[in-house]
Amino acid sequence: MLKELKILKSHGRQYVINLRTVKIAEAFRGRPEIKADITVPEINALSRMCPVSAIDKSSGAIDLGKCVFCGECAFAFPGKIKFTNDYRIAANRREDLVLKPGQADGIRLNEDAIRKEVRDMFSGSLKLRQVSAGGDNSCEMELNACGNVNFDMGRYGIEFVASPRHADGIVITGPVTSNMAAALEMTYDAVPEPKIIIVAGTDAISGGIFEKSPGVNRSFFENRKIDLFVPGNPFHPLTFINGVLDLLGIK
Amino acid sequence: MKSMMEKEYIEIKNNFMPVNISEIPVHSYEKFSSLVSYLLRNESNHCTAYFPVSEKGKQRFIICIADDSNKNIRVFSHITADDNNSLKSLSEELPQLHIFEREIHENSGIFFEGHPWLKPVRFPHNRPDKTGTIEGYPFYNIDSEELHEVGVGPVHAGVIEPGHFRFICNGEKVLHLEIQLGYQHRGVEQLFIENEAPLQRSILAENIAGDTVTGHALAHVQLIESLAGIDAGEKLQAERCIALELERIAVHIGDTAALCGDVAYQFGQVVCEALRTTIINTTQFWCGNRFGKGLIRPCGTNFPLTVQAADEILKVLSVSIPRYEEVADRIFTLPSLLARFEDIGTVTKKQVSDIGAVGMAARSSGLLRDIRSTHPFQIFRHYEINTVVHQTGDVLARALQRKDEIRESARIIRDLIDVWKNLDGDVSKPDYNFNLKPDTFAISLTEGWRGEICHTAITGKDGKIVHYKIKDPSFHNWMALALAVRNQEISDFPLCNKSYNLSYCGHDL
Repeated sequence: MLKELKILKSHGRQYVINLRTVKIAEAFRGRPEIKADITVPEINALSRMCPVSAIDKSSGAIDLGKCVFCGECAFAFPGKIKFTNDYRIAANRREDLVLKPGQADGIRLNEDAIRKEVRDMFSGSLKLRQVSAGGDNSCEMELNACGNVNFDMGRYGIEFVASPRHADGIVITGPVTSNMAAALEMTYDAVPEPKIIIVAGTDAISGGIFEKSPGVNRSFFENRKIDLFVPGNPFHPLTFINGVLDLLGIK
Repeated sequence: MKSMMEKEYIEIKNNFMPVNISEIPVHSYEKFSSLVSYLLRNESNHCTAYFPVSEKGKQRFIICIADDSNKNIRVFSHITADDNNSLKSLSEELPQLHIFEREIHENSGIFFEGHPWLKPVRFPHNRPDKTGTIEGYPFYNIDSEELHEVGVGPVHAGVIEPGHFRFICNGEKVLHLEIQLGYQHRGVEQLFIENEAPLQRSILAENIAGDTVTGHALAHVQLIESLAGIDAGEKLQAERCIALELERIAVHIGDTAALCGDVAYQFGQVVCEALRTTIINTTQFWCGNRFGKGLIRPCGTNFPLTVQAADEILKVLSVSIPRYEEVADRIFTLPSLLARFEDIGTVTKKQVSDIGAVGMAARSSGLLRDIRSTHPFQIFRHYEINTVVHQTGDVLARALQRKDEIRESARIIRDLIDVWKNLDGDVSKPDYNFNLKPDTFAISLTEGWRGEICHTAITGKDGKIVHYKIKDPSFHNWMALALAVRNQEISDFPLCNKSYNLSYCGHDL
């Protein structure tokens, strides 16, 4: 016991006190900003070079649901596009992940689109069942990190549980492989109503680099309401936690 | 043609000697199998790649056998006759080929006569025989009233990737574990062929296994640079190897945490989780991503190591490694923990050698397999490392293996930063404009934290990639886990599983 205390003392405080405002590394690629004066030829070049067609060739808008955050566009046109280290980039409407040239304000959830029962039922405690459906394990590791000693989202009553029967919703990672399509449906069905769906990571939101693969089956997303989109490749734990806190209305 | 037929194989070095496809000798299957059998009987040889490619309507089978004693890779092939859809299996004699033959069978339809168990590997979307699906997997079963079966997955209790484990148990004891994978199959290999933009391929390589971003991305760019005839300068090579060792340290610390968690030593788990954070945050400081995505690119990088980043790495290592040693000292002296690690999940040296295990799974059972020293790549070609080997092959050996590799990787990073500081010139930006040599075969091996990663590619007449094959260390090593739990309590399965921490997506591709 004394040895443990000695170790704790030498390691010091590791947890993040304020998950809403903590600053992270400058180099982190979070919310991108595209300059309003970007020209048509520049947009064309950006759209051609993007490995996942995340940049629209007519408007120049960047879709964070497709972006793999490689940052190559910012290196090619440093004066026109930059990635800020703003990690609060989760949204509850798919269209809010599309950032137009000149748009520099932060991404926030649309309050009107949040279902009433979500806050009524889950703001004090939210138990989630995670389903990896082709996830590359970086998103899964970041979800685990959300609950570790640094980020400790358990302080808000948000936790992952083993059984879908105990869960209030599911978190999907990965592009959804054909081989996992049935298991994903079964897990979702096993979660009692009312329930939420969180789609975490670029692969899950759009398919990402796997979008066109015949090994992927995204029929799960047809006609289902998604409560939260968490972009990133993988997303930062702070992106996930802040998105969920905003969804639940926790300040 | 005659002289080529007489040559048994060509010998190449890891990743910097692409060869024209016509230079690879072609044998009859009889000659091919006797040569394979002769070579693989020697423990210093193991098979790193074995796959068919379509050639003029026939299947050409290429095999690469790495010789650890002389750092050479022997490559040779055979071509099936028009009407021959069946070959004699070599797996009975050489168990390490069992998984290759199963994969070939599943991907091409070739039947291997006498294979002990020619069952599916991953149910890929482009398999020729689609009569079976992953839901109807042909599990092994024993008809007995004494025994019972336990099925786990594909969705597991924790936040991890999907796979199914089917145990046949006698009471609490595991007689047999069958591991069924394929749930993670995303069609990666085909996307490497279809996505022709080099940047797309680099992104794809980083997403093969998100816990081994540097390992796979490096295997890919080495392969591409080799096919394009580009030489990455030593400074860039040093930076890549520093990133590779940072990845190894981060995962090993994270796995120490997971092992503590599985034996209910929460203190060790929490402390190691926080230490892992310090390492991956250093990677983020360097390249903006905690897993190193964006760092490894062909011919250069967008994130050259700066003096500031190098100092940050040294600073974090100087704080976090002693802290890790301090908690590891506690972990590995607590009798209650040792009792849970020692003699649990033992896999012998003979077993790992038989199944062709690689990387730390092999090393922790006494078999020295480390591509950094046996088939060195990048700056490891000019730099000696001290490979860690443990003999006992149990959970304790695999835990200690991680602890000792963390220390060695930290030493390597410090040394490489010294080397890096004395190298002149600047590391260039990535270059995505290059042509690949036509009709060429290349192989690229790296030592990721799990072990040997192998990427191979073949280009066509126009220099386009026509064949791309990936082998994650998990491809061999899942069998080690199945062997580890035999005759163990089923309750020790999670611990054995964590001690290997194998990849689902890396296997399923």
